[in-house]
Order: sequence, then C-alpha cells, then structure tokens
Amino acid sequence: MSLASPFTSVPTARPQRQRRDASGAAMKFRDAAQRRQWFEQRLEPLLDRLYGNALRLTRDPDDAEDIVAEAVGKAWTRLDELRDARRFEGWLFHILTNTFISEWRRRQSRPKPAPGGEPPTPDDLDIASFTLFQQLHQPFLLWWASLEEQFFNGLLQEDLQRALDSLPDPFRLAIVLVEVQGYTYLEASRLLGVPLGTVRSRLSRARGLLQKQLWEQAREAGVIADQGRPGQGGSPP
Amino acid sequence: MSARDLNCEEVIERLFDYLDQELDAQQAADIDRHLHRCRDCFTRSEFEKRLRARVAAAGTASAPPRLQRRIRHLLDQFNGDESDTTR
Ligand SMILES: [Zn+2]
Repeated sequence: MSLASPFTSVPTARPQRQRRDASGAAMKFRDAAQRRQWFEQRLEPLLDRLYGNALRLTRDPDDAEDIVAEAVGKAWTRLDELRDARRFEGWLFHILTNTFISEWRRRQSRPKPAPGGEPPTPDDLDIASFTLFQQLHQPFLLWWASLEEQFFNGLLQEDLQRALDSLPDPFRLAIVLVEVQGYTYLEASRLLGVPLGTVRSRLSRARGLLQKQLWEQAREAGVIADQGRPGQGGSPP
Repeated sequence: MSARDLNCEEVIERLFDYLDQELDAQQAADIDRHLHRCRDCFTRSEFEKRLRARVAAAGTASAPPRLQRRIRHLLDQFNGDESDTTR
C-alpha cells in the first residue's frame, strides 16, 4: 500500500486575516438616513460575533455589552474615517478590541504587580508542553481515533468558553487575540504592549493551559475516562 | 532560501506558527511538504486545526435583544444630535 497522501484535511476554520486600517477613497452618503441604513445593514450580521468576541475579552456579559455599545458608537461617529467599505468589518472589530484593551490597561495600572517577569502560571510544570493530542492519541491502541471523536463530540461550546475564561488574563488575551480574533503575533504584541517574544511564550503557555483545562473538564464530565479509556458519559455523536 | 526537508520534531516545533500563518512562504511550504508525506505530523496538525476551529467558534455568541435595542437607541441619539447641529 502506498503512503496515503494527500490525506484528507479538515478545512481550516481560523479567523480571517482582516485589513484593519481605513485607507482608500472616502465613502460618500447621500444623507443621514442613507448613512444610518448603510451602517446598520453592515452591523447587523456582525453583532453576534462582536458580542461573542467581547464576551471572550471581558468574561462578563454586562461588560461585553458595554464595550460593544461603546465600539459601535465610536465606529458610527468615525465612519467618515473609513475609506474602504470592504474593510468595515476588520475596522469595527479593531475598534472593539482597542476599546477593551484601553479599559483593561487602565484597570491593570491601578494595583502595580510585582515588577518584571511573566505572571505566574498556575501549576507551572512546563505547562507549554502539555498537549491534548498526546492524551488522546495512543498509537498502540486501535481506538484512539474514536477517543478523539468522543472528545470532540462531548466538547460543548460552553466547555470551551469555560476553559478559555479560566485562563489568567495575559494568557487568555494572547489566545483570544490570535485564535479567536485572527490578529498576527506582531499586532497582538502592539495591542498588549509587550515584546513579540512575550506574545509567543504567553501563547504557548496559554495553549498548554487551555488544553489541560479541557482535558480535566472532559474527564470530570466523564467524556474521557481515566487512563484514556473511553467513558460512558459522552454525548451521542 | 531554498526548500529544506524538516524532521518531525522541527515540524511540531513550528506547527502553531504555521497554523497561525506566521511563517514566510518558504517555511510554510517546507511544512506543507512534510505534512503531505508524514501521517503522524499530519494527524497532529489536523487535531490542532480541529481544536482551534472550536476555539474560534467561541468568539460568537447570540447578542441579547437588550443590546440590540441599546444600539438602536444610541444611533437614534447620535442622529438627533447631528440633525440638531445642522439646523
Ligand atoms: Zn512528521
């Protein structure tokens, strides 16, 4: 048998890279009513993602509503700065993120944490090297693929949200900016005001923490039994 | 830079940079090539892609009707202000 190649691949569902700047030719509106209609038509299909992004950033439904409303207000008043209608989405999400980050930094600056160094990771036993894959993938056993299926089938959106929300801020923000919002490492480093290397190390620890959290949650829920043996409590496929 | 054969360890080391599209075209092509012929790394890569698709999906949540009303109200207010100033 020849090496199975190309293997079948799942579609990449990473967030789209966005053009977030507002360069290009200025947009013209006939009148206030047309401007309003144009804005609302584009805003409406984005609202669930705006709110979802805001929830992941703030972890709090009230705060999330506040920053969405604030970002929408800013976007509306600055709409004339947007030069290219096609960039509305990236531009709007960037306003949302900036709104959150400035508020977050303001809150951070109040109690001064110990100077220098990375914030401690809970259970910091080389967390960056933890991988769910290794927990689920046991090549000498034939059912590993079904264990992976079991894990993904049992993994609810709430589980993921809970796991993400459980990460300490610096790690959570790194992963939300990059994996949820699609920022580049460089953009994330500018937004967070930390060096590129710090973004990298936070990301890798964030992934380790997230995967460990998911693994523990799956075992608690009985989706994955101890010793990696399939449990009985998983959701039906 | 020319094409380079990577070993599995090098591929796994750069896998997240690859998935995050942080590699240059040549580095990404080197990884593509390896994933095309190594089932182990391919399987790992598919697993991580699948997981991050779920992470990305956590960025969508049903906006409460209250928020939608709040936004409409906000825009009404701005509209009101603008027509005031033009009067
Ligand atoms: Zn390999």
